[in-house]
Amino acid sequence: MLRAEGLTAIRGERLIFRDVSFTLPAGGALILAGRNGAGKSTLLRLLAGLVRPDAGRLLWNETDALLDRTEHGARVALLGHQDALKPGLTAAENLAFAARLSGRDVGEALAALDLVELAELPARMLSAGQKRRLALARVSLSAAPLWLLDEPTLGLDDMAVDRLGFLLTRHRDGGGMIVAATHVSLPLRGAETLRLNAA
Amino acid sequence: MTGMIAILSRELRLSVRHGADTLAALLFFLLIVSLFPFAIGPAPETLGRMAPGIIWVSALLSAFLSLDRLFGADFEDGSLDQLLLSGVPGIGIAAAKTLAHWIVTGLPLLLAAAPLAVMLRMPEDAIPALLAGLLPGTALLSLFGATGAAIVVGARRAGMLLPLLVLPLVTPVLIFGVAAADAAATGQSPRPHLLLLAALLMGALPLCPLAAGVALRGAAE
Repeated sequence: MLRAEGLTAIRGERLIFRDVSFTLPAGGALILAGRNGAGKSTLLRLLAGLVRPDAGRLLWNETDALLDRTEHGARVALLGHQDALKPGLTAAENLAFAARLSGRDVGEALAALDLVELAELPARMLSAGQKRRLALARVSLSAAPLWLLDEPTLGLDDMAVDRLGFLLTRHRDGGGMIVAATHVSLPLRGAETLRLNAA
Repeated sequence: MTGMIAILSRELRLSVRHGADTLAALLFFLLIVSLFPFAIGPAPETLGRMAPGIIWVSALLSAFLSLDRLFGADFEDGSLDQLLLSGVPGIGIAAAKTLAHWIVTGLPLLLAAAPLAVMLRMPEDAIPALLAGLLPGTALLSLFGATGAAIVVGARRAGMLLPLLVLPLVTPVLIFGVAAADAAATGQSPRPHLLLLAALLMGALPLCPLAAGVALRGAAE
């Protein structure tokens, strides 16, 4: 269970958001809404332990999650607004690192996002949507219980969104949690919405 | 440990795929060293006398070529976040990256130094001392260099800042490295200089990855 208590983020001199609190049970999903610049990406990076909150606490099963950020990192699979792909490596090679960490199968993750035929292509040859799918395949490879997704549908076609929906449901059925920042509706049943207002 | 090996193998695979970048440091090293005989004349006594300095300075500059990409590329495309979330502590990430840099840059420089020393007519007795100095020397360049690279990652003009930050740190390495080869060339023992280099290495081995790891966490914030 992930619980946020009064999280506040300040970048430079600017207050991004304050007093963000929520509880996310196992199998739960949370959608972050809000205008551009409202701090959705910052909140996701904060939940990943990459950024420290300026006030408030983040609790994982009632213990401070950010006490050991390395350990917390292993609980998290992050899809940032960048795809974090290496253009010179093939699609399959781009996933090799994540697969090695989790011990899962690259082929299965590629199949889940309909990328099998592109497996041997260098990532630089992929289209924007295909790159996004590859980045999503990396998330699905990880054994982390908490998925943090920043605009996961960016550049995806309808069929890919359906596949994403299937992955999200499967992850939640296995007790996983999802926090997603998005402007479009995501196939997340019973998800709560947290609206961030630009401060 | 599994995570560190995974990072190391990822780095090495990337180096193989970006072969041109990988070879750039070695080619640069061969080129600058080869320019010296043209610039200062082919007289063996002058060249042989200057050879240790030429090789050391050239190796040092060559090792810098790829440094700002060591973490810079991962920072720009978001891979650094993925590394930091891999469950490997910052010190482990930095250590694996540093080792990869040494294998890809330091080791080839070390191997190329022997034929270049012969080319510059360096006294034969001094060549083992030169190589014995370059072994910890190149490792120190990778360690200090990676630390500097981790500190400037994300900064504007990181490529400019990096030499300013790291060159003063590696000056002692240069001094002792050249002194070891010079001592051997003049019939003295290179041992004290080599021991000092080894001592520097023993200090840098734990401290540099530690500092670099903390800097990487800071860069991601």
